[in-house]
Amino acid sequence: MNARFPARALRTLALVVATGAAAAAMADDENKQMNIDHPVYRSECGSCHIAFPPALLGANSWRAMMAGLDKHFGSDASLDAGTAAVITKFLVANAGRRDTSGTDGSPQLRISDTPWFRKEHRDGHDGITQGIFRSEAVKSAANCAACHRDAGQGDYSERNIRIPKNGARS
Amino acid sequence: MRSHSLQTLLAAVALIASGFASAEAPADFLARYEAEARQSTPGFSASAERGEKFFTSTHGGEWSCSTCHTKNPAARGKHANTGKAIEPMAPGANPERLASTRSVEKWFGRNCKDVLGRACTPGEKADVVAWLMTSPR
Repeated sequence: MNARFPARALRTLALVVATGAAAAAMADDENKQMNIDHPVYRSECGSCHIAFPPALLGANSWRAMMAGLDKHFGSDASLDAGTAAVITKFLVANAGRRDTSGTDGSPQLRISDTPWFRKEHRDGHDGITQGIFRSEAVKSAANCAACHRDAGQGDYSERNIRIPKNGARS
Repeated sequence: MRSHSLQTLLAAVALIASGFASAEAPADFLARYEAEARQSTPGFSASAERGEKFFTSTHGGEWSCSTCHTKNPAARGKHANTGKAIEPMAPGANPERLASTRSVEKWFGRNCKDVLGRACTPGEKADVVAWLMTSPR
């Protein structure tokens, strides 16, 4: 044992701690894995669109969504009462902590209308080009997987984003 | 939380059980809808030709069935709003189709409202099933 060992150990420890802290800070944006892990939710709400992460809307928005499935963004998405109740419980239990009511106080239903979504997906941010959401390759802001390639599995990490070039698939 | 997990488990088991217990075949749906149609129209017999016309026509609204499902039941479709891929409708191309009452009734229920603004009649369902069963030819 020589006297330098503790100092080296301390430096190593400090490096480990710093790396850990940096990783934790980055995790929020770089490594976003959202919880969609519920078999009934995924099969019932992942047919016409991918199963969206419950954390992207507040509990009131999800309750309002599930109460209006017969008129769901222009389609009838009705479910039997038992299945709807099970899914509502999962959505509310995993809802975002932030309330997503609109300026008129009514719950927002469209994830892409929320201030958080609009900020994260504004023109020019992270390579988002004007009109990309209406392009043939994307078609709709509901089509998360057009850019978040593993969105179907709840993976929204930045390293898995591929924005189609000029509206064509890259 | 415990009751939530339990309910989820029960729902999952019910879903899986309905999948196994049913083990229905396309012909079962044809027979069932024909029998229902005969209650109001004695002598009703399903027609694949009528089914095709029904499937590919609009019925007063903006969409036909083929807006999302295409005019070829053996081909993949695309949701008109979200762009998400829809697997083929013909059981000959996709064995998951016409295999469970729960699924068939759920989707007829939803999509007839979207396309016709009302529920489909048993005769309309029988015709569509007859047509889907002829594909791919």
